[in-house]
Amino acid sequence: MQLARVVGEVVATVKDANLSGMKMLVVQPLLASGEPVGRALVALDSVGAGVGENVFFVRGREAAFPFYPGEPPTDATIIGIVDHWNT
Amino acid sequence: MILAKVVGTVVATRKDEKLVSNKLLLARPIDPRGKAEGSYLVAVDTVDAGFGETVLIVSGSSARMASGMKDCPVDAAIVGIVDTVEVKD
Repeated sequence: MQLARVVGEVVATVKDANLSGMKMLVVQPLLASGEPVGRALVALDSVGAGVGENVFFVRGREAAFPFYPGEPPTDATIIGIVDHWNT
Repeated sequence: MILAKVVGTVVATRKDEKLVSNKLLLARPIDPRGKAEGSYLVAVDTVDAGFGETVLIVSGSSARMASGMKDCPVDAAIVGIVDTVEVKD
């Protein structure tokens, strides 16, 4: 899992049937210092996150598990909203 | 998932038989503001995307969860056509 900040929203009308009703957010991975690092990507949201919040997300095949028994084609899903972190 | 712009089509007569009758597109990843980044990808199109459109690409084993891609040898599938991307500055 990775820390990230939600920086935007994506709207797509035409999409895979298993993605209908899913919220898609742009997330920017973060360093422990809070600085952005690497490329922003699009993640599904399973916890009701919003723009400006710090979250953590899971990558890969496991990204579909929060929606079980649904099987949306996703490789990144937000699975937690971070209250705070220490280093 | 990543955002990408469709920049071309790929035609391959000889290919894995599980890929027969799938449309292959060439896509260039972009950042949320539309700037191209990284190298080109060949992706299977499952939503009837076309040249110049901004699309969502799912990568890795998750690409096999796109509709009709079960057990296919794919690691990049186009699963959505993007209408808008709104980025907070």
